[in-house]
Amino acid sequence: MIKRTAPVLIFLTVLLLGIIILSSCIGAVKISVPELLSIVGHHTGLSDGGGFKAQQSAVLMNIRLPRVMLGVLIGAGLGISGAAIQGLFRNPLAEPGLIGISSGAILFAVLMIVMQLSFFKFLSNAIGFYALSIASFTGACITTVIVYRISIRNGKTDVTTLLLSGIAINALAGALTGMLTYIATDEQLRTITFWSLGSLGGASWETITGILPFILIPVAVLPFLAKSLNAMALGDAQALHMGIDVKMVKRIIIVMATIAVGASVSVAGTIGFIGLIIPHTMRMIFSADHRLVLPGSALLGASLLSLADLIARTAFAPAELPIGILTALIGTPVFLYIIITERNKRRL
Amino acid sequence: MIEVNELTYQVGNRYLLQNLSFRAEAGELLAILGANGAGKSTLMKLLCRELHPSSGEIYLRGKNLKSYKLPELARIRAVLAQQNTISISFIVNELVMMGRYPHFEQHPVGRDYEVVKIAMEETGIMHLSGRNYNTLSGGEQQRVQLARVLAQVYDCPDACLLLDEPTNGLDLQYQQQIMELARNLANRGYCVICILHDINFASRFADQIMMIKSGKKIAAGTPLQVISCENIHQTFNVNVKLMPCEGYSCPLVIPATIQI
Repeated sequence: MIKRTAPVLIFLTVLLLGIIILSSCIGAVKISVPELLSIVGHHTGLSDGGGFKAQQSAVLMNIRLPRVMLGVLIGAGLGISGAAIQGLFRNPLAEPGLIGISSGAILFAVLMIVMQLSFFKFLSNAIGFYALSIASFTGACITTVIVYRISIRNGKTDVTTLLLSGIAINALAGALTGMLTYIATDEQLRTITFWSLGSLGGASWETITGILPFILIPVAVLPFLAKSLNAMALGDAQALHMGIDVKMVKRIIIVMATIAVGASVSVAGTIGFIGLIIPHTMRMIFSADHRLVLPGSALLGASLLSLADLIARTAFAPAELPIGILTALIGTPVFLYIIITERNKRRL
Repeated sequence: MIEVNELTYQVGNRYLLQNLSFRAEAGELLAILGANGAGKSTLMKLLCRELHPSSGEIYLRGKNLKSYKLPELARIRAVLAQQNTISISFIVNELVMMGRYPHFEQHPVGRDYEVVKIAMEETGIMHLSGRNYNTLSGGEQQRVQLARVLAQVYDCPDACLLLDEPTNGLDLQYQQQIMELARNLANRGYCVICILHDINFASRFADQIMMIKSGKKIAAGTPLQVISCENIHQTFNVNVKLMPCEGYSCPLVIPATIQI
């Protein structure tokens, strides 16, 4: 199977690199590809500079590159965690935003900020930017466990229960978050509204370093569970018969997937549908084998989110379209398509 | 090969299995017969370590089942479960390759491809190799699953195969094909334990039959020893007639009410 996996992953990597270069060049300040290369070369010490304006260099290094990188990281995180969560729930409809994981993450992040919990202050002092990621990870993790417990019966996902519990959790978390916004100060309010829209506008090298480990670790670890996820698609018992420690695998998946979702939400808010469209596209175009779907979803997710952000910030320049609108525009038709095919399958 | 001693499994005050003892040797096909709810599936789950016995022991190759590590166990025993619906569309050869999962880390090597090919040839599903599993008929799906199970223990010629109602829901031709395959595997040295519903199939293909009712052993032995009107009445609570049949050592079992 490696014969088929490798070329697809190489293709997706090249695609991602192309989109990174494209997004770095296009914007209010135009930068050509040779200029881009010499700026990067200058900053990495590979070439001695020249061939670009100081303004171009400043825009690229301080504004554009962090933003592109943030898009790549969050896209990769959402893509791979979407794929892993769908594998865990054995259902293509399980998406962090739909089943309440993202809103659980937001709730915890908002809780930490508004309530000024002393524990959070202690955490912030101790580990800086990581504190918010950890808070939203905790929220994401708790919601995942709740949704999983409710919707899985006898090792099978009850789709209706899954989606209904997602609605319930979204409503509850939304209400609590709303309540917190009511008592929030002006400054806190600004931080909170930013989450509900979803945006990469907060990008800086600081936010990047803040989420880097929380994205890189899941992206590195989850592909190693691909074989187990494949086996678990046959059923928990069958996976156990094949010598897989199903309980352990599930725990690792929940922790890894929610780390990535939590980190993404903590810096960019809810960006819906990436975790839904990307794995689905991978399965439709290439193969359902998780050994391809997991790493592929990270690469394709990174590409799609960077591309969406490029459109979001350039289509109506100088105004900026919230990226959540774009992902929803692409995502909703895909979502409906999956529902319809699922329905037809059940009819057979 | 497999030795079961005084196996008891209880949930609350209810005994699903009570003091069950038996053994099955390598090269032998043991059929387990019993009415619905007799404890057959519970026994199967205990044998494949999905459940743990309340008391009593199961030994596999002289070693207690619970002291095996999961991957180690997976290389010497394979299980064909009763329900095999899958949530994601896999291609048939990918699915059979899953049987090799206990044998490689991330990517299969030459031997794995070889075994998958042999397993598919033996189960007669080579022509389905590129098909989507979910589009196959029940009989084809069952053979694909059997190929996967076979691929899992192919390298271990005296491994143990546990088949939970492998002929369930299949037409006569597929039932016979599956049972012939199971018989062949036993002849080659595998220890095959198989839950069956059809008494005639059991007596035709099995070396040993064990009948259970309410978690207790009613009878065990060769088909000739076990198939009797009394035993069947005791196990299934039905009256039957036995009819000798030319070319078969064991008489056929026919419901008594049917006039011939």
